[in-house]
Amino acid sequence: MSCKLRFSALIGVLALAGCQQDGTDQTAAPPAAAMSTIQIDGSSTVFPITEAVAEEYQAQPGAARVTVGVSGTGGGFKKFCRGESDISNASRPIQKSEMAACAENGVEYFELPVAFDALTVVIHPDNDFAQAMSVDELKTLWQPAAQGEVMRWNQVNPAWPDEPISLYGAGADSGTFDYFTEAVVGKAKSSRGDFTASEDDNVLVQGISGDVNAIGYFGYAYYAENTDKLRAVAIANGADQEAVYPSPKAVIDGTYQPLSRPMFIYVSKASFARPEVKAFIDFYFDNIAVLAEETKNVPLPAAAYDQVRQHLVDGRVGTVFKGEPATAITIEELLARDAGL
Amino acid sequence: MPKQRSTRDLSLIRRLIRSGKRNETLFIATGLAALALAVLTFLALFIDMLIDGSPRLTAEFFSNYASRKAEKAGILAAWVGTFTVMLVTAAVAVPLGVMSGIYLEEYAPKNRFTDLIEININNLAGVPSIVYGLLALGMFVHTFGMGASVATAGLTLALLILPVVIVATRESIRAIPGSIREAAYALGATRWQTVQHHVLPYSMPGILTGVIIGLSRAIGETAPIVIIGAVTFIAFLPGSPVQSAPPFISFDWLSAPFTAMPIQIFNWTSRPDAAFQANASAAALVLVAMTVVMNGLAIWLRYRLRRNIKW
Repeated sequence: MSCKLRFSALIGVLALAGCQQDGTDQTAAPPAAAMSTIQIDGSSTVFPITEAVAEEYQAQPGAARVTVGVSGTGGGFKKFCRGESDISNASRPIQKSEMAACAENGVEYFELPVAFDALTVVIHPDNDFAQAMSVDELKTLWQPAAQGEVMRWNQVNPAWPDEPISLYGAGADSGTFDYFTEAVVGKAKSSRGDFTASEDDNVLVQGISGDVNAIGYFGYAYYAENTDKLRAVAIANGADQEAVYPSPKAVIDGTYQPLSRPMFIYVSKASFARPEVKAFIDFYFDNIAVLAEETKNVPLPAAAYDQVRQHLVDGRVGTVFKGEPATAITIEELLARDAGL
Repeated sequence: MPKQRSTRDLSLIRRLIRSGKRNETLFIATGLAALALAVLTFLALFIDMLIDGSPRLTAEFFSNYASRKAEKAGILAAWVGTFTVMLVTAAVAVPLGVMSGIYLEEYAPKNRFTDLIEININNLAGVPSIVYGLLALGMFVHTFGMGASVATAGLTLALLILPVVIVATRESIRAIPGSIREAAYALGATRWQTVQHHVLPYSMPGILTGVIIGLSRAIGETAPIVIIGAVTFIAFLPGSPVQSAPPFISFDWLSAPFTAMPIQIFNWTSRPDAAFQANASAAALVLVAMTVVMNGLAIWLRYRLRRNIKW
């Protein structure tokens, strides 16, 4: 018995060795110790873009190894400011407390906008009355005072039917929640609490597509993949202004406001001094225009990327937002601030 | 008169039997319904996964890294990550857990202190897994500087299942009759000889069951390994443990970054592109298959070991 047991254990070890060998052959890369790894972490919203870049980058021969984690914008900055990651994905600018943490540990960083997202308000496709909403109407619906009070569509707009509203929104830990509340209610994290909240946007898609009275919000990519099940709401920034549907074009020309939001990567200055990190960032900006579009985000104009890259050449570190949120900002405004760094 | 009484007794007994049978039928029906609920739920989920996921179960699915393109994406990094982490977990939790169990059951004196340890171990088995993740983040990742590596994850999950292994070891040791030990002592065996030649082999089937229950729990855990910082996208494998040059064996793979099956599944289910849902189902099928293989191995080992026990 014991002999057979030992034999099966041996097979196990051999199988492990075999599969490890297979794997290593496939990557055809030098041993792990010989190469450093580029560590990226942070926002789940920026993840698809950075993942696409990392995937394409590593398809090249001799490319450095890249890992991309998802721990949220805040969680990403925590690691970044401790010097545990080289690059941090962020769906909002760095906050004051995070700036302080980075400064304390001597972590200097380049702030690089990479793309825009159109935060999209969606309703059920059979809902034909709420096709356009003003920011004020959204505020009436979502502000904390609306909790338990604004429960029917005609309370938001008297022209709408006397039907119940069911609300769906982002979970309180997400950057999407922070941005939406900041842009619509006027204060980050200030929202009514009686809505179906989920960090998983697919749950929201399912909920809204199965509920005629539903309204909710999430990133444009989730709407773009589900246009057959959802209807996007055109947003009017002020009662007298024309309502604009979310689209890449409306983000670029700056008319989709205030729900266009910039997305960033933050690169540690110390890491950028490493040749493989510099090569990766170069690759990032060489390919971002195509890859951002492929991942259903809105790329910046080519001239904007040139301007952003100039930061790296000039070695200009720090943030242009001074710890403030970047709400209702167009691409031009972003670049204008950028130039002043 | 006596005849009348006996018929009355008889009808009383008949009634008693009838009500007993009725209760039995009721119990069987309830039990069957409870079983059906559990089995049908699992079957429904499993068949749904099978329908969605089986077309994706190709050889490339196992040999490709994750990708933003659903049809190109595979689980290579995830299954190798899960496999290596489980290897570390088993290598740490089994010896520690079994030895603790043996000590507590065979050697430790019965006093307040060991009672306290026993209560704590039982409590630890019920601590939420995320707490182990936070402990590991503070201890392994930050204090010991081990990073988000295979070793960190393996140790974290080993801590998580340690109470399960200890409790299972103690239960199965306790089930061995005292007469076996007395017989061994009577023949002049030392305590360790008794444990080595009798207690351990006889309790092995029970210990193995406990180990497998623990590992089956660990393989599906997501929260603790996300907390310690397992990555979501990775397109390389840990270094090979066997090298062509001296010293031939390398432990670099222990310090390598990794991802695991539950993280990959979660990432795919949360994607906007519906094609990734099929990938998630396929990966979930693979995870179920891994658990089934582990359980099957345990049942086979238990069967083989039991055959050798002759009292």
